[in-house]
Amino acid sequence: MKKHWILLSPLLFLSQIVSACEGGCQSGYWAIFSPVGPIAEAEKNLILTAFALMLLVVIPVIIMTFAFAWHYRASNTKATYAPKWDNSHAIEITVWVIPAIIVLILSVIVWRTTHALTPEKPLVSAVKPIEVEVVALDWKWLFIYPEQGVATVNELVLPVGTPINFKITSDTVMNSFFIPRLGGQIYAMAGMQNQLHLMANKEGVYQGRATQINGDGFSGMHFETKVTNSGEFDAWVQKSKTANVSLNRERLKELEQPTKNVAPMYFSQVEPQFFNAILQKYAPNNANCDPSGAPLPVKH
Amino acid sequence: MSSTTLTDHSESDHHSHDATENAAFGFWLYLMTDCILFASLFATYAVLYQNTASGPGGPEIFDLPYVFGETMFLLVSAFTNGVAMSFVYKKDRQKAVFWLIVTALLGLGFIVMEVHEFIHLIGEGNGPDRSGFLSAFFGLVGTHGAHVSIGLIWMAVMIGQLLIKGVTPKVSSRLIRLSLFWHFLDIVWVCLFTVVYFFGVA
Amino acid sequence: MQSSLLFGNLTLDAIPFHNPIVMGAVGGGAAVGFLLFCFITYKKLWGYLWDEWFTSVDHKRIGIMYIIVAVVMMLRGFADAMMMRTHQAIAMGASAGYLPAEHYNQIFSAHGTIMIIFVAMPFFIGLMNYVVPLQIGARDVAYPFLNSVSFWLTVASALLMMVSLGIGDFSQAGWTGYPPLTGKEVSPGVGVDYWIWGIQLGGVGTLVTGINFFVTILRMRAPGMSMMKIPVFTWTILITTVLIMLSFPVLTVTLALLTLDRYLDFHFFTNALGGNQMMFINLFWIWGHPEVYIVVLPAFGIFSEVVSTFSHKRLFGYASMVYASIAIAFLSFVVWLHHFFTMGAGANVNAFFGIATMIIAIPTGLKIFNWLFTMYRGRIEFKTPMLWSLGFIVTFSIGGMTGVLLSVPGADFVLHNSEFLVAHFHNMLIPGALFGYFAGYSYWFPKMTGFRLDEKWGVRAFWSWIAGFYLAFMPLYALGFMGMPRRMDHYDNPAWQPYLIVAVLGTFLVAFGIFCQVVQLYVSFRDRKALVDKTGDPWGSHSLEWATTSPPPFYNFAQTPVVDSLDDFAYKKEHGIAYRAQAPFKEIHMPKNTGVGVVMGAITFVFGFAMIWYIWWLAIASLVAMIVAVIYRGSDDHTDYMLSAEEVARVESGESVTPSYNHASI
Repeated sequence: MKKHWILLSPLLFLSQIVSACEGGCQSGYWAIFSPVGPIAEAEKNLILTAFALMLLVVIPVIIMTFAFAWHYRASNTKATYAPKWDNSHAIEITVWVIPAIIVLILSVIVWRTTHALTPEKPLVSAVKPIEVEVVALDWKWLFIYPEQGVATVNELVLPVGTPINFKITSDTVMNSFFIPRLGGQIYAMAGMQNQLHLMANKEGVYQGRATQINGDGFSGMHFETKVTNSGEFDAWVQKSKTANVSLNRERLKELEQPTKNVAPMYFSQVEPQFFNAILQKYAPNNANCDPSGAPLPVKH
Repeated sequence: MSSTTLTDHSESDHHSHDATENAAFGFWLYLMTDCILFASLFATYAVLYQNTASGPGGPEIFDLPYVFGETMFLLVSAFTNGVAMSFVYKKDRQKAVFWLIVTALLGLGFIVMEVHEFIHLIGEGNGPDRSGFLSAFFGLVGTHGAHVSIGLIWMAVMIGQLLIKGVTPKVSSRLIRLSLFWHFLDIVWVCLFTVVYFFGVA
Repeated sequence: MQSSLLFGNLTLDAIPFHNPIVMGAVGGGAAVGFLLFCFITYKKLWGYLWDEWFTSVDHKRIGIMYIIVAVVMMLRGFADAMMMRTHQAIAMGASAGYLPAEHYNQIFSAHGTIMIIFVAMPFFIGLMNYVVPLQIGARDVAYPFLNSVSFWLTVASALLMMVSLGIGDFSQAGWTGYPPLTGKEVSPGVGVDYWIWGIQLGGVGTLVTGINFFVTILRMRAPGMSMMKIPVFTWTILITTVLIMLSFPVLTVTLALLTLDRYLDFHFFTNALGGNQMMFINLFWIWGHPEVYIVVLPAFGIFSEVVSTFSHKRLFGYASMVYASIAIAFLSFVVWLHHFFTMGAGANVNAFFGIATMIIAIPTGLKIFNWLFTMYRGRIEFKTPMLWSLGFIVTFSIGGMTGVLLSVPGADFVLHNSEFLVAHFHNMLIPGALFGYFAGYSYWFPKMTGFRLDEKWGVRAFWSWIAGFYLAFMPLYALGFMGMPRRMDHYDNPAWQPYLIVAVLGTFLVAFGIFCQVVQLYVSFRDRKALVDKTGDPWGSHSLEWATTSPPPFYNFAQTPVVDSLDDFAYKKEHGIAYRAQAPFKEIHMPKNTGVGVVMGAITFVFGFAMIWYIWWLAIASLVAMIVAVIYRGSDDHTDYMLSAEEVARVESGESVTPSYNHASI
């Protein structure tokens, strides 16, 4: 009977997650359940904990629905019929208190984990962090490594086991920067800097992408995150320095042209304070530049 | 009322009194929603007032004595509106019309001064396209001015209705709603003057 | 864009001749419209439609018209859904699907806008229009003329949405329209303007409806109906009107500010010169969150009525249902930030809003338990309205669970803007709101028409819908966990595709469910004599609307009932005083029909269209025309008439009567 398979669906769903964590985790198909970094790991555990707590309410509700509907069906004349019974303090108290307790527990969890996982909080580690500055463009991501003096478009290379301090902004519309297997996303907004702190514990190649609709090129705005050991990372930095292309204002103007499905680009040199300059373009008290960077005529 | 018989006079009085109250209550609720509307504009102003984009801020463009003059126009017009309403309740058509015309002229004075202020700012290059601050300023103050202007049109219509129909229950009912509107706009202006202009130059 | 004084930016290029899908839809729509036009003309029904329906200020007529608008718009919104699902099922890797990104983006934007603003809102507003005055023993709403205006404003905006298909295009920025994407620089075309004016003008109508029903419920109840004797559906509507009055002005401002940015180069939300895009998001969701409670609370009210009626038992915990609804309404204003935990507000702010969001689960859960305990020790009949309610309880609980999950900021960081989110909110809106409206529709249909809906096709519709829902949306939860974002017109991960294929199957099942509903309407009409409701109370219900004939006379009650109890009709039936012999009739004060509402709607449509296409002379002219219409109506002292006692007697005895006032004219 059709009623039965609906009852099964939450179980179906759960079993999917369990099997995904076995099969899918290897291939990373279930990205959220295949964390490769501490932040993503914590976020996964949070999801499973909250889910389990909620099941404490949802499963009884579903069971009661079927049980009551079946037992008190009109044709079952043996069931008690109490048409005027519309009140019970015991039940009222139970249905207020039990969900309230669960919400209370969840609230404590929310308070703690929101503070622990807040994106602007640096990771605790003995390893020195790497700074990466991220700029959202149409429809590609610009990654600047200020300490290494290189930059890329649509390719993020990170050393394993190293905290990454992301500073994120946009040179266009609102975007959202997300590497699912490493951790949560954060919005990229012009004139504003958001911080994100992530770390990868396992070498590999992971998908990153934009998740906030930003126009035609939205679905093509993804990049590979390559997590390598520190030796390979240094080698990559050296190789980028041979690209002989520098990132400066003229280059930015080119990059600002809308392009889709952009292949990785490398820049061997970055104009100093480049990220800050992009931020400053849109600062609310900076009127002397229009978005292209040209000075505005001063009005009297 | 058209066609068929009414039962007795007191029932129609009671009925129109009910109708007036119903209409006033509904209108007052609309004014509360307008309150929320202005609150959103105030909130926007609070967020944006410092975004001057290297252009002028409040102290550079607000002329407090001038705005005080505007304020007087509006405040006095609220008073004269009250006077007009007292004559409406006394069913004195002539005096009601007179004081409504005074109210409308004072309101018009307010609008003229505000439009002048806007034109002056825009001419200097400090229009709403200059910065977030100026957008918020023009948005908030301009919305209030738009409401007052609509009120003036309404007032003109009501003056016409008074002249043509006299002080009937329906006309009184509409005038009550108009005066609620007028006093509400007065209150909003007091908030505006304080938050935008007065605190703006501090 | 080419521009002229006479036509603004409107040129023949605005018609998307190059797009066969759109032209097919436009052609199909035009054909249906044309056939309808011919049919009405052939049957000489225009006079009838104008006199009895379009110019009606009767809440019952207006209610039915709202529901018709909702159903028509649902067909378009669902067509959008089918297109998205079929496209996504194939748009993987080398295949680009059959919809280019610009088109796909418009489809999801239109889909969201239509479903929320032009299906959910009109649907429950229609049901509330029909039922609430009857439930409180009133003859009409407080402001019948404004009721008509609200309806025609809704029609005008819906028309703008429909026109955007064939003339110009629609927004590509989602139903949420965040700037700077919706700013003039990035989206210079008419699409965003269609979106803005469609929602803005409809929103004004809704605000007026909110005021109208708030006053109606507070001031026009039958004597004896104290607050805690108000039927539970009317209670939820009362609370909903408060939500409407408090939240819609914020939407008006939000859209107005974006309009100023786009039209007059203001800098509220621009990147340059000191705009703040976060302000739009805050303002939008301060409206947007209460909005979802606006569409869901009336459905909760319907479920309360239906579960109690079909369990043949009193609603469990009426008082706590009322308090829970009030708590939900209050809380709905302090949770809006959960729509953008990832914007970077910091831990304290995020945690506060996360906790507040979870707290809403408590009164909502309470309602679910109260429905369950209404069924407990009842005698349950599994008629169609009850099936929708049972389907709702199970499915909505799952969706609520995913909501609590999303309200944990740390979890939201990985699930925001993903297909998980899409699954969650559909899991709330479809069983929560839509099933509620379907239940209400089946429940009150006999009251509206005089005959019941065919049960068999109703059951088929229900099972198709619910099976289709699970098939269509459960895979989306999985996709969210697999890292798939929403609003994607193309993807490269082959692992996602099987889930999207299952989702398409679900969509087809839902389509079959809709087909069953259409067939149900036809079959019910065909068999209406067999399905007739002779008593006015086909289900054995408990509230006053069932104390009238089906359908009720145009004045609802010949005598205003005097209320003794909660569930007054049930009480009176029990005490044998439900169908009293009628005392001598008195004359009844009624509002006249008028065409001014229709005219205002037409002017609004023209104004919106003119603003979208920059036809300034037309915009100004329509503004002037609106002012004239308002002054005209505002100077009209003869908007009511008295229905004589003798005419009442004739209606009560079964004669069909045209009220004796001057013929309805503008």
